[in-house]
Amino acid sequence: MNLVQNFPFFCIMLYLAGGVTCCVLTPKASRAVCIGLNLLVTALMAAALAFTVRSGESYVYLMGHFPAPWGNEIRIGPLETLMGTAFPLVMTLTLLGGMDHIFEDVEEDKINLYFTVVNLLMVSMLALVLTNDIFTGYVFVEINTIASCALVMLKYKSGKALVATTRYLIMSLLGSGLFLIGIIILYNITGHLLMEPMREKIHELYLSGNYAFPLTVTVGLFAVGLSLKSALWPFSAWLPDAHASATAASSGILSGLVIKSYMILLLKIFYRVLGMEVVLSTGVLNVLFVFGIGAMLFGSLHALQERDIKRMLAYSSVAQAGYIFAGFGLGTAEGVLAGCIQILVHAVTKPMLFSAAGGFMTVSGGSRQFSDLHGAGRRDILSGIAFTVGALSMIGIPLFAGFATKLVLTRASLATAGWKCVAALSAIVLSTVLNALYYIPAVALLFDKREAVHISGVKAQPSAVYVLSLTVFMALNFFVGLRSSLLTCILEAGLNVFS
Amino acid sequence: MGSNLFFNYFEATAVIVFGIGFTILFLDRNLIKKVIGFNFMDSAIFLFLASNGYISGRVSPIFEDGVTAAEHYINPVPAGLVLTGIVVSVSVTAFLLALVVRLYLRYHTLEMDEIVALSRKEADE
Repeated sequence: MNLVQNFPFFCIMLYLAGGVTCCVLTPKASRAVCIGLNLLVTALMAAALAFTVRSGESYVYLMGHFPAPWGNEIRIGPLETLMGTAFPLVMTLTLLGGMDHIFEDVEEDKINLYFTVVNLLMVSMLALVLTNDIFTGYVFVEINTIASCALVMLKYKSGKALVATTRYLIMSLLGSGLFLIGIIILYNITGHLLMEPMREKIHELYLSGNYAFPLTVTVGLFAVGLSLKSALWPFSAWLPDAHASATAASSGILSGLVIKSYMILLLKIFYRVLGMEVVLSTGVLNVLFVFGIGAMLFGSLHALQERDIKRMLAYSSVAQAGYIFAGFGLGTAEGVLAGCIQILVHAVTKPMLFSAAGGFMTVSGGSRQFSDLHGAGRRDILSGIAFTVGALSMIGIPLFAGFATKLVLTRASLATAGWKCVAALSAIVLSTVLNALYYIPAVALLFDKREAVHISGVKAQPSAVYVLSLTVFMALNFFVGLRSSLLTCILEAGLNVFS
Repeated sequence: MGSNLFFNYFEATAVIVFGIGFTILFLDRNLIKKVIGFNFMDSAIFLFLASNGYISGRVSPIFEDGVTAAEHYINPVPAGLVLTGIVVSVSVTAFLLALVVRLYLRYHTLEMDEIVALSRKEADE
């Protein structure tokens, strides 16, 4: 076995070790450990990505030397490694962008715990992306739940954050309860927990027609459980509060990464556990598609009414998550490809917007209301530019990342026949208009010359890491926008060997 | 269908209890009751698993008297899953209760509606 093939496993273990270490370190040391680890993992996963892209195949890595169907496994292919590279990279940049706020918003003796939680979150997200065992998936779903709730809660003396955490946790627990009972029913009728043997059994059952009813129920349980956790409209009522009341870095992490890890898990279950044949026969994809379209429109409509910049961005996340589910719901390979591209596009854009929003708050007396943000982009010019880039990307202007999604999703919907094609195309058009309707006025307001009296004259003094973070984010945005064909190639290769 | 329901009475009970727990966690306004509902939900899943793992007439999977035939023992995997599930459920319960304590110290109530109303008012001030 090649040394590179061990890297993904090392990454999971490194984060676990980092999480344990951070809780006994000083705030600054834990920050260094956390950022260093994220950079190291990005490099390791990039090496694994290069390896899998070159070989064009996926491989299974045994965890603990028990061969299938008994042992535990992780599975590594181009899709998994691409996500595994993007996640720690975005995590590093988000943390750097929100670092000043972390040190202000979190109690001083809890800052090292913040980094502990970040490490644990990365463990769970990497494991969700890589795992080949469905029960391991469940365990990491729960770790992910606790860690992401802790990220919202770790804000100094904020009652709103506490309430938002409670609601978030309760909705997440409902989701993971449904997910768990789905796993157990599936284990009951197949007798396996590893994805490959499970799928063979399910295929047999599907052909023989036995256990058709439990199978349909589990497909529904997985879909509802995981869409609750990934904030698919209409299950997204918890998201705006949770994402808006957290500190800037947490908001970016939750919107940009956490909800994506559940979507990848759902994709994994559809492709690798149930098999697309079974999923298509139940019609659950149509439901996800309709909800995705609903999210694209209603998320934007809610964002349009919002007078609070972070809540507006959070509602925009609901809308953007809708694109992913609309892509998955098309039920074609192109649709899934569009969903995966949107995962990456949103991951490089939304954390940048949240970081910039954090910058505006600093120069506007800590307020998130648009009424206090007049001219904030002029007071903090770098955040202003970054927010504009992010806004244009979310609208889907060519050159920017968001355009890649719209292009691939439109192509995918044109290739689909029937009502889905019409529905998807009209939703894309409407949603683009709606996105423009709230992002353009926001940008205009941020560069407004009339400033509120009590905060005019404040100038931003961005720290070096903040400048670095936003610059790299903008560069990534242009990279994804201009070289989306590269990503499409990797993702296509990944999806080919995915099932 | 009906005969299956009687035959699988453990599973049927488990699903009913799961439903009760799910409803309490989702709809009840009292936070402590929500925590209890969550534990109902997870216990139902453990009952489901444990009843699957048990095969009447066989013994627990520990070698005794040198019998190595698999037919002599029950399947140990569901028991392992139950254990893992209990660990997860305990830690989530602890986290949830810690949150409830923080909320109670701040708002002096356990009703979710009142807490939400109070936190809104707090932000307005």
